[in-house]
Amino acid sequence: MIGGLFIYNHKGEVLISRVYRDDIGRNAVDAFRVNVIHARQQVRSPVTNIARTSFFHVKRSNIWLAAVTKQNVNAAMVFEFLYKMCDVMTAYFGKISEENIKNNFVLIYELLDEILDFGYPQNSETGALKTFITQQGIKSQTKEEQSQITSQVTGQIGWRREGIKYRRNELFLDVLESVNLLMSPQGQVLSAHVSGRVVMKSYLSGMPECKFGMNDKIVIDKQGKGGTTDDTGKSGKQSIAIDDCTFHQCVRLSKFDSERSISFIPPDGEYELMRYRTTKDIILPFRVIPLVREVGRTKLEVKVVIKSNFKPSLLAQKIEVRIPTPLNTSGVQVICMKGKAKYKASENAIVWKIKRMAGMKESQISAEIELLPTNDKKKWARPPISMNFEVPFAPSGLKVRYLKVFEPKLNYSDHDVIKWVRYIGRSGIYETRC
Amino acid sequence: MPAVSKGDGMRGLAVFISDIRNCKSKEAEIKRINKELANIRSKFKGDKALDGYSKKKYVCKLLFIFLLGHDIDFGHMEAVNLLSSNKYTEKQIGYLFISVLVNSNSELIRLINNAIKNDLSSRNPTFMCLALHCIANVGSREMAEAFAGEIPRILVAGDTMDSVKQSAALCLLRLYKTSPDLVLMGEWTSRVVHLLNDQHMGVVTAAISLITCLSQKNPDEFKTCVSLAVSRLSRIVSSASTDLQDYTYYFVPAPWLSCKLLRLLQCYPPPEDGAVKGRLVECLETILNKAQEPPKSKKVQHSNAKNAILFEAISLIIHYDSEPNLLVRACNQLGQFLQHRETNLRYLALESMCTLASSEFSHEAVKTHIETVINALKTERDVSVRQRAADLLYAMCDRSNAKQIVAEMLSYLETADYSIREEMVLKVAILAEKYAVDYSWYVDTILNLIRIAGDYVSEEVWYRVIQIVINRDDVQGYAAKTVFEALQAPACHENMVKVGGYILGEFGNLIAGDPRSSPLVQFNLLHSKFHLCSVPTRALLLSAYIKFINLFPETKSTIQEVLRSDSQIRNSDVELQQRAVEYLKLSSIASTDVLATVLEEMPPFPERESSILAKLKKKKGPGAVSVNELEEGKREGGELNGGGGERGGDNSTIAASNASTPSPSADLLGLRTGPQVSAAPPSAGSLLVDVFSEAGVNDDGFLRDLEPPTESSDSLLAEGPGDSDSAPPSAVSEDAAPPLPESNELLNKFVCKNNGVLFENQLLQIGIKSEYRQNLGRMYLFYGNKTSVQFVTFTTTVSCPGELQSQLNVQAKPVEPLIEGGAQVQQVINIECLGDFCEAPLLNIKFRYGGALQNLSLKLPVTINKFFQPTEMASHDFFQRWKQLSQPQQEAQKIFKASHAMDTEVIKAKLLGLGMALLENVDPNPENFVCAGVIQTKAQQVGSLLRLEPNAQAQMYRLTLRSSKDTVSKRLCELLAEQF
Repeated sequence: MIGGLFIYNHKGEVLISRVYRDDIGRNAVDAFRVNVIHARQQVRSPVTNIARTSFFHVKRSNIWLAAVTKQNVNAAMVFEFLYKMCDVMTAYFGKISEENIKNNFVLIYELLDEILDFGYPQNSETGALKTFITQQGIKSQTKEEQSQITSQVTGQIGWRREGIKYRRNELFLDVLESVNLLMSPQGQVLSAHVSGRVVMKSYLSGMPECKFGMNDKIVIDKQGKGGTTDDTGKSGKQSIAIDDCTFHQCVRLSKFDSERSISFIPPDGEYELMRYRTTKDIILPFRVIPLVREVGRTKLEVKVVIKSNFKPSLLAQKIEVRIPTPLNTSGVQVICMKGKAKYKASENAIVWKIKRMAGMKESQISAEIELLPTNDKKKWARPPISMNFEVPFAPSGLKVRYLKVFEPKLNYSDHDVIKWVRYIGRSGIYETRC
Repeated sequence: MPAVSKGDGMRGLAVFISDIRNCKSKEAEIKRINKELANIRSKFKGDKALDGYSKKKYVCKLLFIFLLGHDIDFGHMEAVNLLSSNKYTEKQIGYLFISVLVNSNSELIRLINNAIKNDLSSRNPTFMCLALHCIANVGSREMAEAFAGEIPRILVAGDTMDSVKQSAALCLLRLYKTSPDLVLMGEWTSRVVHLLNDQHMGVVTAAISLITCLSQKNPDEFKTCVSLAVSRLSRIVSSASTDLQDYTYYFVPAPWLSCKLLRLLQCYPPPEDGAVKGRLVECLETILNKAQEPPKSKKVQHSNAKNAILFEAISLIIHYDSEPNLLVRACNQLGQFLQHRETNLRYLALESMCTLASSEFSHEAVKTHIETVINALKTERDVSVRQRAADLLYAMCDRSNAKQIVAEMLSYLETADYSIREEMVLKVAILAEKYAVDYSWYVDTILNLIRIAGDYVSEEVWYRVIQIVINRDDVQGYAAKTVFEALQAPACHENMVKVGGYILGEFGNLIAGDPRSSPLVQFNLLHSKFHLCSVPTRALLLSAYIKFINLFPETKSTIQEVLRSDSQIRNSDVELQQRAVEYLKLSSIASTDVLATVLEEMPPFPERESSILAKLKKKKGPGAVSVNELEEGKREGGELNGGGGERGGDNSTIAASNASTPSPSADLLGLRTGPQVSAAPPSAGSLLVDVFSEAGVNDDGFLRDLEPPTESSDSLLAEGPGDSDSAPPSAVSEDAAPPLPESNELLNKFVCKNNGVLFENQLLQIGIKSEYRQNLGRMYLFYGNKTSVQFVTFTTTVSCPGELQSQLNVQAKPVEPLIEGGAQVQQVINIECLGDFCEAPLLNIKFRYGGALQNLSLKLPVTINKFFQPTEMASHDFFQRWKQLSQPQQEAQKIFKASHAMDTEVIKAKLLGLGMALLENVDPNPENFVCAGVIQTKAQQVGSLLRLEPNAQAQMYRLTLRSSKDTVSKRLCELLAEQF
């Protein structure tokens, strides 16, 4: 169980310190600062064990969040909690920064009291929390309201209160994916996977029951075998194999296990319905073709071509190619047809930015790098060329087939709900060796 | 902020540094540095030449980046260019960069050396100093190779400036420390020594560090420095505080120089020249007098400087250990410091007094401070000071004050710090044993010790008390009575139960007459503690119970009842269960007289070094236990145990006396004990309990089946007090110690090989490497100090006892008297063989470790076969010669059992190692080995032939040696018989 939680700024000063159990002493705060934040070598492991005490940390921009325990806890649980904690804080006051934390520290302590009890994580659903932890001063609640909150928080459906009413029933569905790639110089895929999230924003009245359908291979195959449903023809060719997925707590897992159908009573507002990962049949939006030539000991010629590999009607945005330069670079000349390219000495890289690029296009950059001869015999390790972009489709091939809403008590039907679906594919670690 | 406004300040550098300092995160810092590096690269790359100022600025930036922990792989060339600049600041930065960043295998080293050479030969003193500093800072072997010849010349040249001389002396010191073999003083020696007479105090101070270091290695060459140092010291000491102007520190004239001079003198024995010695004594007296004078300043620096000199002087006095008057005065001075309010002074005083206490002259004087020391032990706030006080109490203890000191230490023990408790317990135990006049006091003390600090009483302590009680008839009754009373306390420590169980089991009968301690009362008392104890203690108690059955037949039924109970006979612990079953059977089957024989009283223990002492030594290093104490300890121990050595020497007799059926069981036990007894003589301290170890009993299950009565006596005996890790006895005395018992074995190890480790103990390792040609040999001995403390006055002597003197000419080169911790020194021994010989020369080694003199003697592995010249010959030649040497006295033959596996290759290797030629295809039987060789001595040559016939079935060898001289055959035969 979590013994305590500390938040530090980039200098290692403690912003928030909340100790839940007696076995965590005051010196634990310093131990983490000395051994992790101010460590000589950068600490890469998110779990550090110092004097029989485990520290689990995550970093958000310049802020360190560290959970401390002396017991043998489930590390995945602790990290899940820390991420959730970040989500909750973001939901309450936006970006996690030193400034924001200092301005909201009363609120943060209040939240910490609520979502962690004696080191055991409690309800961390933002929607539910917002009903009784507010930033608008003390709002004296009536007895009914209080009992309603109590029954909701302690009840079976802790994430949604009763009696929600909207004039317009609306639903937003975002499929957010990040595609990761490592490619050899010859264009061979060394590793590739997509990690995606389905994020929903729901504004629905009452206690609706939802059912979500996508082109999951197992479901499609099952239906295909049955051969009775009418939409086999449509989706038969395109289905995706999902390697693993996790759901929001509102999804009925028993139903998913037995029928592989995703049905749930949604929380109100924004939440993440599911997370998944695929590794097969990934559509790679860009192909990077590098060409590096060493001319003598003092010169390097680099040519990089990028090709977009999707429908010409779609537009990729925020494209950025990062070409690392050797450590003994003394001068760079760049020529590119499209976008802007610049040598950034502080990052030891040439950064090439293109605002927009349509599918099935090609663009190239060439650079001449002058080198300073060194007495070091070490050869340049040639780090991979990395890339950032955003495309309006899901690289995994995931498609939302349906999202049905049933509300038997109120009289609106599935057709009355306005639904919006959006796909966004982003680059994760998208690298090509050169 | 650095001084930006100054004319020579580098603005760009200052801005860069302040940028770095303002960075919010590590990432930001790295970004800034990358940017700067790229900038510098482009500047260095630029085709137009940079001026000196910007070069200096960029090199500075690079240096700063490097010091922040980033790699720098360029800019070296620019730095080297700066070296040839004429501006001081540029040159300085260049040297700074070189000394920090240059690695020895750089290609630039030639250029750098060139620049340094130029500067060394320039007339500009600041440039020379910069170059010297750079050499010293880098201090690599390459630097030493390039400049070791140059620097002494600068050091002693008449026209060198004083400041350069100082730098040169310290630079040379540094080079000497890194590569002593390259710095050859030779012709410069006397001129360097005369630097002690230099006008300039700074030069003297620098030179003396160099001389101290050099003289530690070659004391003889620098002997002349003693008188110079003494005269210098006397000049400083007698000078008024204003004489030395710059070198007076808070009214103390040249304190650093004085300390260094005194330290230099500690490298040498007291000067022989009367005048010099008188002057030195006068100096020391003056220093002691000065300590009495009222301080000239209230500043702490003044008293620090004064006391530094004083303590150095006192350690010199202790080092000489020859001036009773001075020793006593030193002691009195330290006595004053004992009450000083400065904690550090009290600590130092206690520490110095510890060494003073071991000197015969000042022992009495130290004793007068006993009250103060006891007070210190009780009231000091700092644990390290209390520790020193305890050490000193231990060191000053003798027969006259033992009772007081032991009582004080005991009473202190109740409140002592946990960190020093165990050591205190050991010390109390040793002192109590060593100075015990009556044994009831001893028993009382130790039982008190266990009562007060049971947790810290190690096994050895209670083993020892039992050994002593068993060996002394007159305390047994008293001991039994006392432990009985002690056990009546409601809560007593487990160690107390162990002692109680053992002693009541052995001597309970002595107090059984009193109705208050009747057998049943005794038993019930012991058994009331049984359930609170750990398994080993319970096992011991079970043994005590069976002894009770023997002592008091009336308790038999009660005890059998206990043994029979489920908690014993079905105990989950195998050991307890086994004992319960065995003892129960033993008590019900065996007749009274069998029982009486098996469970007889323990025989006295063989005399040996106190195991407690060994433990303390191991814990503290020998510093805490000085020579005479050790000796005394031995003697006293001997008295105490009533000459147990003679009585209990032979383990096998004990085994026999404990066995129920005399002959067969004695044999059975003998199987196990035999080899161990012969391997380790009684003095080596292998205890009888080790012999009957638990493992032995359990292994030999079949023995138990054969002889039911003996098995239980086995496990009973196994309960004896013993120390499993008896330390090797290190003989310590002023005279050459008798050779170690194992030295013959060591000798045998080297018959067939020339290199290896001759000897090793906790302190010292002696390696050996030798080569022989004709009748000459050279042996290299490597003495390795295994501790972290230096050995001082390390001396070795090689002697040829008896007639060996005329047969062997052995010359040992002197060895350095000081071995640093972890260091190794080498000694060369030249050997000439004059005639054939049988004995081996003796090597005696003496040195001081901590304060304790270590003394050990070994046999040098020089044997006659080392001077063999192999002779190849054909088969018929061999047999012809073999027949020629047919007189009976020319032949020596031995038939012996193989002690190693009979592997042909191993035998061959050994025979080759012997030095003779191994002749193939000579003997008709291919299994046999024949060898031929000629022993070269100065007087004559002795031809020898060898034949070795192995018999694989019988695992026997027959070894025949024929040589033209009968003694040679015999000796070779003896040597070789041990090898196979």
